[in-house]
Amino acid sequence: MKTLMKGNEAVSAAAIAAGCKAFFGYPITPQNEIPEYMSAKMAESGGVFVQAESEIAAINMIYGGAAAGARVMTSSSSPGIALKQEGISYLCAARLPCLIVSVMRCGPGLGGILPSQADYFQATRGGGNGDYNTPVYAPNSIQEATDLVQKAFNVAEQYRTPVMVVMDGLLGQMMEPAEIKPIPRFKNDTDKYATNGESGRRGRNIVNSLNLQAAALEQSNLRLAEVYKEIIKNEVMYESTVEDGDELVIAAYGTPSRIAQNAVAELRARGIKTGLIRPVTLWPFPDLAFQSLPSSVKNVLVCELSMGQMVQDVRLALNGKLPVHFYGRTGGVIFEPEEIVEKALEIAGGGQ
Amino acid sequence: MNERILIAGFGGQGALTAGQLIASLYLNRGVNVTWMPSYGAEMRGGTANCSVIASDGVIGSPIVSANAGIVMALNSPSLDKFEPVAAPGGTVILNTSIVTRGLKRGDVKSIKIDASNIAVNELKNIKVANMVMLGAYLTLHPEFTDDEIERVLNDRFGAKAAALIPLNMKAIASGKANAAR
Amino acid sequence: MAVIYEKSKGLNERALTYCPGCTHGIVHKLVAETLVELDVLGRAVAIAPVGCSVFAYDFFNCDGVQAAHGRAPAVATGIKRCAPDSIVFTYQGDGDLAAIGTAETVHAAHRGENITVIFINNAIYGMTGGQLAPTTLIDQKTSTSPFGRSQSAQGLPIKVCEMLAAIPSSFYLERTSVHDVPNIRKTKKAIKKAFQYQIENRGFTMVEILSTCPTGWNLTPVDSMGFVKDQMMPYYPLGVYKDGGAE
Repeated sequence: MKTLMKGNEAVSAAAIAAGCKAFFGYPITPQNEIPEYMSAKMAESGGVFVQAESEIAAINMIYGGAAAGARVMTSSSSPGIALKQEGISYLCAARLPCLIVSVMRCGPGLGGILPSQADYFQATRGGGNGDYNTPVYAPNSIQEATDLVQKAFNVAEQYRTPVMVVMDGLLGQMMEPAEIKPIPRFKNDTDKYATNGESGRRGRNIVNSLNLQAAALEQSNLRLAEVYKEIIKNEVMYESTVEDGDELVIAAYGTPSRIAQNAVAELRARGIKTGLIRPVTLWPFPDLAFQSLPSSVKNVLVCELSMGQMVQDVRLALNGKLPVHFYGRTGGVIFEPEEIVEKALEIAGGGQ
Repeated sequence: MNERILIAGFGGQGALTAGQLIASLYLNRGVNVTWMPSYGAEMRGGTANCSVIASDGVIGSPIVSANAGIVMALNSPSLDKFEPVAAPGGTVILNTSIVTRGLKRGDVKSIKIDASNIAVNELKNIKVANMVMLGAYLTLHPEFTDDEIERVLNDRFGAKAAALIPLNMKAIASGKANAAR
Repeated sequence: MAVIYEKSKGLNERALTYCPGCTHGIVHKLVAETLVELDVLGRAVAIAPVGCSVFAYDFFNCDGVQAAHGRAPAVATGIKRCAPDSIVFTYQGDGDLAAIGTAETVHAAHRGENITVIFINNAIYGMTGGQLAPTTLIDQKTSTSPFGRSQSAQGLPIKVCEMLAAIPSSFYLERTSVHDVPNIRKTKKAIKKAFQYQIENRGFTMVEILSTCPTGWNLTPVDSMGFVKDQMMPYYPLGVYKDGGAE
């Protein structure tokens, strides 16, 4: 049965339902309900909760917990995720699975605590060093957030990589009806890699990202690239309502995709044939959704709560095939459907 | 249907709880609902507000920053700030115990309810002023039965606070009875 | 023929990568012997820092983790909390532990994490080529203090045992040296005590070991031992700074 759940609490509950064994984090608005929830519920479920001395320490506790073979999770918000980037790079290199929930707020700098999507680059490109990627899921409802959190743990373990779930502050703070529907758990053979002090039973395991030999390090980067290729092949998720005959495509993710959905309905009512593409995975990006658009499509409009970040991936996917326009608000200002409609009419040449 | 409600007051007046109860009422009716609290810098200033949207369709932004069908103002600053947010033809519900002025706009209706005084004098508990306000709101929606209301109170407060449910029901009833259009 | 000495089973066959005259090898041996003698080698997890001992995970015959610079105590926290039966130790130098990782060190002690920290204090950054460490002595010349450390510019060298002793939750702190045989024996005892406390779930334990860096110091191995004795020990007095298990 669906109950009214707050986004931050719902993802926490979903993580525990998925068998999350340890949470390490540090307070930062607007994600504080996650560590608050975990501090109480981990004790009940026999898990581990540590409020770390910093975001940096938290992500390194995650590194330790993941190295010990546990299902581990941390959460933070934009400036805090910035501090975790070094650790994320290490987790990727050492092939350790974990879940990182990022509840985006406004930047740059200390910025503000209101909702934002200005950390698309932070999630999909990362600020850590080296050639790495992390799968990034962007739910647009609390129900989907609870589903994707569980999936994210499985994907993390299947490919042995950190996985991010990014939510704008809206999704973290709001309440919506949702129900946690448990999904089958990936069977993770931790004996293959875990450094949990059981070498006496199974031989030594080493968790490491250091390699000073050029040829060997290149090989390890190539292996990582192979993993990413598999993820790109298997894990892309998106929704599209685009039909043959549509002239305009609007692209948006997260909660703003719902605002865009209202705008699309309004545009169709006004006779402008419009479809919506909603990437669910931001990396791997659903290139194909854009590359396979019907020939009727003349323009693409990307709407984000940022100065324009995902729009770059849309342009890369389309590679000059179609004009790509952008509409965004920042600083915690949320666009209304009417604003998107107005921009769309401007693109379509003043409306019909 | 597309009900857009903004509820605002001082921290501790129960604006957020009232909003959650309304959202739950609609949830149990099977429509889409969102509840969104203010969590910005204003949270530190001791005021609190929340947006509730109930709709047959997809709810886009959960924030009611314009076109509110209902504005519930539990105190004067809330009225000053959110009267402009009401949609033309919408309704502003005023806690006249502490909101001293009337509406500035002519294109919205008002419901007046002496919520804080009723809570203190009649119900002997200032904490249920929000329930009196909720009662006033429910005069607009007589379709919600007492059983439905009691159910959401039960779900919200749980077994621990079950003893408080009759008081809350009484407060809601008083709000319904004393709301003046 | 009777075996009178053999390499500890706590170390594997890999040749150590340390410079001639460096005392890392001695400390590795003491830790390895301890793990074997306490019968916890098969439960041990070694956490290597960034620094000269960055490859320590390769030498100890147990699970090994390489940590980001300064973060070993946080990584140790994650492992120990998730695998409480493991015996977790970090092996860190002065730059790792007392500069970039100060917060992690202080807070692991502050939480009373049930881990053991082996702290190599050689008053210099060895791996990066002999730069100033937080523990570099006054007037000591390094590649980033070419005129010698001065109090006005770089402050006084940090005393880690003394600092952590002030933290209520730290359990066992001892400073030792490995510049001669009697002190090597004392160091072994201290290491053993620290691990014994961890086995008993007593809390945060650290052994600070005054060590040499002939390459970074530009001294012969023999002179380096003298430097520890004559220059370091007066500023860093040996002894037990805290022992929560003492009678």
